[in-house]
Amino acid sequence: MSPPVASRVAARDGFVAHVGRRSLETARALADVGTWGPLLIGQMRRLGVDSVPIALFIAVFTGIVLSLLSSYIFTGAVPLYFVGALVGKTVMMELGPVLTGMALAGRVGASIAAEIGTMKVTEQVDALETLAYDRNSYLVVPRVLAATLMFPVVTAFAMAVGVGAGWVTAINLLDLSTPEFLKGLKQFYRFKDIWFGLVKSASFGAAVALMGCLRGLDAQAGAAGVGLSTTRAVVLGCEAILVLDAFWALVLL
Amino acid sequence: MILLDRLTRSFGAKRVLRGVTLEVPDGQNTVMIGASGSGKSVTLKLIVGLIEPDAGAVRVDGAVVHEMDRRRLAELRGTIGYVFQFAALFDSMTVAENIRLGLVKRGHDEGVIRARIEESLAVVELPGVEDKYPAELSGGMRKRVGIARAIALKPRYILYDEPTTGLDPITSAVMDQLMIRTRDLGVTGLVVTHDMRSAFSVGDRVAMLHEGAIRQVGTVAEIQATDDPVVRQFIEGRPGSPAPAPAWRYE
Repeated sequence: MSPPVASRVAARDGFVAHVGRRSLETARALADVGTWGPLLIGQMRRLGVDSVPIALFIAVFTGIVLSLLSSYIFTGAVPLYFVGALVGKTVMMELGPVLTGMALAGRVGASIAAEIGTMKVTEQVDALETLAYDRNSYLVVPRVLAATLMFPVVTAFAMAVGVGAGWVTAINLLDLSTPEFLKGLKQFYRFKDIWFGLVKSASFGAAVALMGCLRGLDAQAGAAGVGLSTTRAVVLGCEAILVLDAFWALVLL
Repeated sequence: MILLDRLTRSFGAKRVLRGVTLEVPDGQNTVMIGASGSGKSVTLKLIVGLIEPDAGAVRVDGAVVHEMDRRRLAELRGTIGYVFQFAALFDSMTVAENIRLGLVKRGHDEGVIRARIEESLAVVELPGVEDKYPAELSGGMRKRVGIARAIALKPRYILYDEPTTGLDPITSAVMDQLMIRTRDLGVTGLVVTHDMRSAFSVGDRVAMLHEGAIRQVGTVAEIQATDDPVVRQFIEGRPGSPAPAPAWRYE
């Protein structure tokens, strides 16, 4: 039998307070540069650079589908050069950041939660503390910072590749030339389209990494406990992306 | 000196410690014995501030551990080595990197770090394993690396959590020798175990934890000669009720 609504709400409130507490601890640990500084580059490579292939793979197919879909919608109603506008706007402002964020929530969030969760249940996190390291400075801050810095970089590549894929599709499969595609792309382009997407993706990176660390540090004993934490980290990361996506749309648009 | 002062700690509805009081004198090995799940490991974690007591206090050199701020707690942990039951080596690091981590935190230069790694591995009789990963070592070797990681920091105190559990008799004896040698170097030890052979071999004093409190403390000779039925049953490893059965039942 599922728990009563009141207790589920209380549990959710407790979780929000828990996330807040952990976020504060992480913010306080930022001052311990000597601990997290040397670890940052390695995490940026692991969480960011190694994620580029999956992000580009998604971007290519997103660009292709968007191009074909917009042509299907516009034919007979809107001039076809609007394909460029729709592909550009959608990839830069929404699908680039969100789909990349979702993919990285799976890859990065799961990897962080599984790694830290395993460390937790094998007492490696306790061992770290007994060696006088702060768990937030050593484990959380470098991962959250790396993801915050690298998600926009990966997303920028995904945006470029997504628009490129849409362009290649338009000139090869649709009755559209390069100048027409570029005309649509330029006509509605604003610089905000890019920074809006990149700001969003930075916040997605912070949220995904924080959820991964949080769930990892909360892992209960055993393989099943680590598995559960990993699943929860991915689910929470995806939920956080959708909530932040709506938040930025309200605040910045 | 470490002083456990009426320590109480519960996990959910389970009250694990119910007022543990124990003195761990400097320069000696104090052994805490007790059944599995009696709260021995919890006591060690309370000493280094990994968990906080519900009531009572741990005093290390007079300072109350759970009242320390993070900086002070980090300083305290710099004086205490901790040998975990399953070694808790960082599996993504080599043996040398495992030992190096604590030394780097204390700001030692590279020369000192290299010398300490070599020295501590020599003490645990594991030269030449610096570049191996924990997964490439046996259980006994991992535990010895755990000790090397602790002693490399030259701590004043070392806490050993079940150091001989799961080891073969020869490796257990090697671990016992290590704990005695470390004590002879002037390091105060608190050893948690239910291996009585090891307890009597390494201990200067033995304390038995039973039902959340210290049942008896004494020298090895005093514990071996005890007439407390609970302690006797434990050290003799007798199953059943602690009280000896009346003789007439067998006549």
